[in-house]
This record gives sequence, structure tokens and C-alpha cells, in this order.
Amino acid sequence: MAVADGRRAAWEREKRRRSIAVAAASSLVVVAAIVALVPRMPRWDRVRASFFDGAQFRDSLPRLIDAFWLDVRIFLWCTPAIVALALLVAMARNSRSAALFPLRVISVAYTDVMRGVPIILWIYLIGFGVPGLGIARPWNSPLLWGSVAMVLTYSAYVAEVFRAGIESVHESQRAAARSLGLSHWQSMRHVVLPQAVRRVVPPLMNDMVSLQKDVALVSLIGPIEILRQAGVDKAKFANFTPYIAAAIVFLCVTIPLTRLTDWMIDRERRRTQGTRIG
Amino acid sequence: MTAPRFSLRGVRKSFGDHLVLDGIDLEINVGEVVTLIGPSGSGKSTLLRCLNLLEPIDDGEILLDGVDISVPGIDPNPVRRRVGMVFQSYNLFPHMSVLDNVTLAPVRVLGQEHSVARERAGVLLERFGLADKAASYPDRLSGGQQQRVAIVRALALEPEILLLDEITSSLDPELVGEVLDVVRELKATGMTLVLATHEMGFARETSDTVCVLDGGRIIERGAPERVFSQPDSARARQFLERVIRSGRL
Ligand SMILES: Nc1ncnc2c1ncn2[C@@H]1O[C@H](COP(=O)(O)OP(=O)(O)OP(=O)(O)O)[C@@H](O)[C@H]1O
Ligand SMILES: [Mg+2]
Repeated sequence: MAVADGRRAAWEREKRRRSIAVAAASSLVVVAAIVALVPRMPRWDRVRASFFDGAQFRDSLPRLIDAFWLDVRIFLWCTPAIVALALLVAMARNSRSAALFPLRVISVAYTDVMRGVPIILWIYLIGFGVPGLGIARPWNSPLLWGSVAMVLTYSAYVAEVFRAGIESVHESQRAAARSLGLSHWQSMRHVVLPQAVRRVVPPLMNDMVSLQKDVALVSLIGPIEILRQAGVDKAKFANFTPYIAAAIVFLCVTIPLTRLTDWMIDRERRRTQGTRIG
Repeated sequence: MTAPRFSLRGVRKSFGDHLVLDGIDLEINVGEVVTLIGPSGSGKSTLLRCLNLLEPIDDGEILLDGVDISVPGIDPNPVRRRVGMVFQSYNLFPHMSVLDNVTLAPVRVLGQEHSVARERAGVLLERFGLADKAASYPDRLSGGQQQRVAIVRALALEPEILLLDEITSSLDPELVGEVLDVVRELKATGMTLVLATHEMGFARETSDTVCVLDGGRIIERGAPERVFSQPDSARARQFLERVIRSGRL
């Protein structure tokens, strides 16, 4: 605020300084309490040995990070597929012409059925079921069909998010677009969807952070990704520290992802709207 | 004598069991400025939306240059290219800059090159005193500026007919004068205009014909001098007296 560095700016600086001091002090109290109290618990020594073993941590971490690349790859190929499929389903559900009635019914059934069954079950059913049909070699991989199961279930959830976004765009926007001679699909593409997608970025990114974690469920049908690798290490060394290491690896990805989301939302709001009311 | 631009015959429209337009007959000539006045809820906006085919009508017919455009299932887009509309609430696209708001339809509907559309939009924005706002987003503009952007956006398609719904309702008196100038200017270019308004002074100054709507019917129509000074129907007289008493004339 170089423009008007007056009374108000000074007041705001003071307010900010005070709130930082309060936050720092209260965090310090909480951390101190944990550090002081937890070691006094009766079984602390045993928990520390089996969950927080430094040597074990250093030994497992490189293997876990290697395995984590598989999670990242699954995430990277699932995400675009989910977004594309979810958009299609959401738009099908939002179609208006009578001729597209069957499409609407199919998309409603799809979202209901996919969301009505736990994701683990879909991974088992599709991941074991489809390769069990006797498909030839590269196409029978559990990794492939596990990913397909992820895409199909997540698309149902994300489609609902997109649908809510589409419906939140006021009818008058569509009317304005149509009055300019844009077709239904042009209005959707240029006027409704851009606004809808922007509005649902927060829930959408939340879903993506969940996906980043749920990718680990694919390990249940075989592929050695980080969770399974941690399990292998745990069994081999009879120590739970690999799980802690795996959790930290996940956090290293999910926390920056969440911060990035918030930053993007904020930037978008500043760009299109006036000043925020404090 | 050319054929009327618009002919409405027995147009009826209801929302559920609420009859909103109850047999509208109206002829609008080329280059004519027709103003719809009447109490809130009398059907002015609905009638304008029907002319733009945003609402299908239930009965009757609407002819544009003698062609029935109210047949069910007709492709509305060729009609909308010729009939521009400015909404009561502007309805600018908040995720696009002013320039993109204006060029969207010329590019997507008329197939103009981006550069051509931008150049033309620039000329129009300049003409409406918005040249420095081209890169702004609608939420950063004042009500009057948004209103003018909405007009420019409709004009960018070079329509033959422009439907203007309450375009002065949220403007201060000085800006009303400005928009009035805009309307006069458009009239001078020979454009056919249909307006809905609560501003009687505005209606009186700009219109060739004033129609008073009440309960979905046109209860009075004619030249503004006559309608405002000696309306035939008792209902219209009542409405206008109320308006005069409240100081809006
Ligand atoms: N989409 C809709 N669904 C149901 N009823 C509607 C709809 N649009 C308008 N109406 C009703 O139709 C009637 C006429 O509305 P309209 O907007 O045409 O009035 P108006 O003359 O433009 O009023 P105002 O001067 O307040 O703008 C009102 O009673 C309104 O409630
Ligand atoms: Mg209205």
C-alpha cells in the first residue's frame, strides 16, 4: 500500500502484528503441552520404538519414494480422465431437449450406482472381475482396471460437483447468451461452464486431494505402490515406522496442493470481483 | 407502405396457471420506437422476451417481416441475430472482460475474425464513452457503465431491432439523460426499438408509440402526447394519475 501510507495502514500493520503474536503464542503452548505430556504416557517407549525408529525411517524412505512414483502416475492419468468423463456426465444430466431424455436417465443412474457402492468394492469388482474374463496380456493388468475403477467412481462424484456448479450459474446468464444468438452448446461452452468450473474449484480440488490419497487403494489388487511397499517393509522389519514415513510422503504432496488451490481461488476472486469486505 | 417489422396477433403466454400475456395484438413498423409502460408485473419483460424467442408463446403468432417466427421448433438463432436484447439486470458475463463480452457473439455467431471483432468493438465502446474500460471486468464498473456495455454488446451484432428492458431503472438522472441520447442516436440510424420502462419522461421523449399494459393486455396505445394527456381507458387514466402523483412524470 504505497499509495496512502496513513493512519489506516499503520493501524492495519499493528493489527496484523498482534494477530501473528497471538497465533505464535498459542501454537507454542499446544506444542509444548504435547512434547511434555506424550512421553509421560505409560507405553510411550514402546510406541516410540515401533513408530518413530529413525534408522528404520532412513532405510525405508528411498524405497517408499520410489513406490510413490506409481501413485503419482496413477493420479496423473486418472485426473484428466475423471474431469473429462465428469463433465460429459454433468452436461448430459443438464441437457434440456426431449430427444436427450435417455441420456439424462443414463447419467442419473450412473451417478447413483457409482456413488452408492464403496470405492474399495468397485476396485475389487472391476480390478479382479474384468481381467478375470480372460483378456489377453497387456490388457488384463490389475493396474489398468484398478485405475478404470478409480476413474469411474470419482467421475460420478466430480460430475455432481460440476452439476451443482452448472446449476449455480443464474438462468439470466444463459438467457443473455442465447439472446446473442449463441447455441445451447456455445452458451454452455463460453458462458456457463467457465463460471461453473471457477465456482467449483474448491470442492473439486478437495476431491483431487482425496483422489491423491485414494490412489493407494489400488494396492489392494496387487500393484506395489507406496502403501503396499510400506506394508511389505512393516512385515519384514516388524516395525510400523514405514507407515509414518508413507504418511509424511503423502503430506509433502497434499499440503502444497491444498495451498496452491487456495492461492488460485484467491487470485481468481481478486481478478473478477471488487475489494473484499473485511 | 412497407410491411410491419413485427406483427403480434393474439399472443398469449402463461406461467403455470398464471396468464401473463392475454391476447396481445401489436404492429411495430420499421424504424418505429415503441414503448411499453404499465404497472409492475403487467407483462412488459415477458413480452420482450417473447419477441426474442426466449419464451415460447402458448397461442397466437409473432411475425417478423411477415414470417411466422412463433412456430414451435423453429431455429431461434437467425431471429436473435436480427433482434438484439438488453436486459433489465444487464446480465453481463462476469468472467469476461468488457471487450470479450462484446466480441463473443460477433466471433462465435457471425464468425468474424477476432481482430475485426475487436476493432469494431473498440469503435462502439469509444462511441459510448467506454474506451478506457475495454479491459475491465463487469464487476468493477458502475451501474451506468454496465448498462452501456450491455447496449454495446447487443449492438455489436448489428441488429435491425433492439429490445431494451428498463435500461434506465438503475441510473441517476444525469445518466438517464446520457442513455436517452443513446436511444435517440439509435433511432436516428433507423433502428426499430421496443422499450419497457417506468420512466414516463423517457417514454414521452423517445417514443413514437406508447402502449400501456395491464394484466397482460394492451389497454391503451397511441402517440405519447395523446396517451399521456387524454387516455381513453379508465384503467390507463388511473395508472397514469398514480404515476403523476408519485412524481415520476
Ligand atoms: N419465469 C417465470 N416463471 C413464473 N412466473 C413468471 C416468470 N417470469 C415472469 N413471471 C410472472 O409474470 C408476470 C409478468 O412479469 P414481467 O417480468 O413480464 O413483468 P414486468 O411488467 O416486466 O414487471 P416490472 O415492471 O416489475 O419489470 C409477473 O407476475 C411475474 O411474476
Ligand atoms: Mg420487467
